[in-house]
Amino acid sequence: MSVAASPADDAAAAAPIENPAARALMRRHRVHGWEALPWLAGIAFYFAFPDYLSFGCDLLVTILFALSLDLALGYAGIITLGHAAFFGAGAYAVGMLATYNIWTEPITGLLLAALVAGVIGFLSGMVLLRTRGLTLLMLTLCTMALLEQAANMAAAYTGGFDGLPSLPIGPVFGVFAFNPLYADTQYLFALSVLFVCFVFMRTLVYSAFGQSLTGIRENILRMHAIGSPVRRRVLICYTISAAMAGVAGGLWAQTNAYVNLSALGLDRAATVLIVLILGGYGRLYGAFIGAVVYLALEHFLAQIYPTAWQLGLGILLVFIALFARGGILGLAEALWRRYSGKLSRRLRAERAAP
Amino acid sequence: MTEVRLQTQALSRRFGALVAVRNIDFKLAAGARHALIGPNGAGKTTFINLLTGVLPPTRGRVLLGDRDITGLAQAERVKLGIARTFQINRLFRGLSVLENVCIAIAERVGAARSMFYPAGKRTDIIDEAMQLLQTLALADAARLRVSELPYGRQRLVELAIAIALRPTVLLLDEPAAGVPSAESHIILDAVERLPEDIAVLIIEHDMDVVFRFARRVTVMVGGALFAEGTPREIESNPQVREVYLGQAPYRAAHV
Repeated sequence: MSVAASPADDAAAAAPIENPAARALMRRHRVHGWEALPWLAGIAFYFAFPDYLSFGCDLLVTILFALSLDLALGYAGIITLGHAAFFGAGAYAVGMLATYNIWTEPITGLLLAALVAGVIGFLSGMVLLRTRGLTLLMLTLCTMALLEQAANMAAAYTGGFDGLPSLPIGPVFGVFAFNPLYADTQYLFALSVLFVCFVFMRTLVYSAFGQSLTGIRENILRMHAIGSPVRRRVLICYTISAAMAGVAGGLWAQTNAYVNLSALGLDRAATVLIVLILGGYGRLYGAFIGAVVYLALEHFLAQIYPTAWQLGLGILLVFIALFARGGILGLAEALWRRYSGKLSRRLRAERAAP
Repeated sequence: MTEVRLQTQALSRRFGALVAVRNIDFKLAAGARHALIGPNGAGKTTFINLLTGVLPPTRGRVLLGDRDITGLAQAERVKLGIARTFQINRLFRGLSVLENVCIAIAERVGAARSMFYPAGKRTDIIDEAMQLLQTLALADAARLRVSELPYGRQRLVELAIAIALRPTVLLLDEPAAGVPSAESHIILDAVERLPEDIAVLIIEHDMDVVFRFARRVTVMVGGALFAEGTPREIESNPQVREVYLGQAPYRAAHV
């Protein structure tokens, strides 16, 4: 070889797996201690803010919804503006089954919501995912608009504009009943559902399948050229993402005990996109940070300036788009890298100095 | 004659009124070191795109061994052992060098289907990727994002991904394009050290490279095959010199 091997190469030659890059890749999927924090915070919230538990439910549902979008948008790079279609499908599945007393058990109800949303995701994805970019954006938006109008027009079944109020949701495990006035059961149920879905998604994105999704996001043409069945992968990912959004929608219907057209609207689809971009997409925890920041801002800005609270949010988004493409988490990561880099350089310098 | 690994029969591709590839009968032998040269716009890259299935031909057939692969999609051809590099890098820019190679290996061994087993536990894949990076002197950069590398080393990653697929036919579209000549030897050394049994077809403009690397040269002009032979035959062919080498007067010193 005409290239002089660097010392790093020599070290790596002894045992390739000892290379720091290889070690980092082998450790990436392991659970870190700090990952307990959001769950501890979730439990702490239950005890600290008993009067805000329905707000807490909304927060958990938003996180779950944003998480489902992250799988499609953040990992596979599927740009969609119609993700509320699946949220709504799940919500109406739970709502209609409960209203007509066909199925009120909450856990299996969520599985049915996932099934309905997943089937819609699979069928629409078979057509939509042949396109990319702006075309895809418009088609996802159209799919959602069609579903919204269908829900509006089938008023005999969906309640139309008024929606379906006072859903009779059965008790969890037949024991823990949902109290319409006090959302303690709802909150703990939502927290558990979010946890299960999160573990599922975390496993998924750290698998080789998840790695191939990031490959599709980074360079779809190269994925074709290494023999990857790109269309199938993207469709599977989109279906799972839709099913998870369906669970979020079903959970929303169960914890609020109602469903209406707002489940399917552009408003909801845009909000979840903002939440994810705010927190940082393609990062798992971006959904958590984004939802907390968005809902907190909404809450406090609306108190300070009720007529134009969205202005503050808009300014924040402009800032994120201009200076922090990776969202809040991306910004934190960049700062951490800079700081830890400086620190380790200083430590090395101090050690080198006699 | 040695075994023919890849061949085309009367392969043509038209873009509207333009015939980009015209009636090409071409054979690539097993273990070949074959160069494809020709002026800009001769249809070399289109020809590669037809071989890899990026484009369907208007007419003609592509055979891998005895098997007609004309109707197969790109991904299926890769599974059968045809890999390529691109004239302009197509890399996973936001991912590390190691991940770039791991994704290719995971796809080759079929691991990329598994959804619930951590990629980090496939030490066999990571190990193979690291060994490949070592042979290309990229091990020290394994942790860096591809976008952080200088262009010359990015070209090496491009090559690494193709090699990671363990192809039997490797198509290299100007592997050293855009790399400063002081660094291009790194890439060409890597190309020269490819396993003997891989059939390599290289598109290259630099005649020094062609004459150093290739044991056989094909000249394409205006979408059609113009001449084929050993480097010496091509070099001394007066017609080739006129249409192609004539454009590069510096070659005169070598003849």
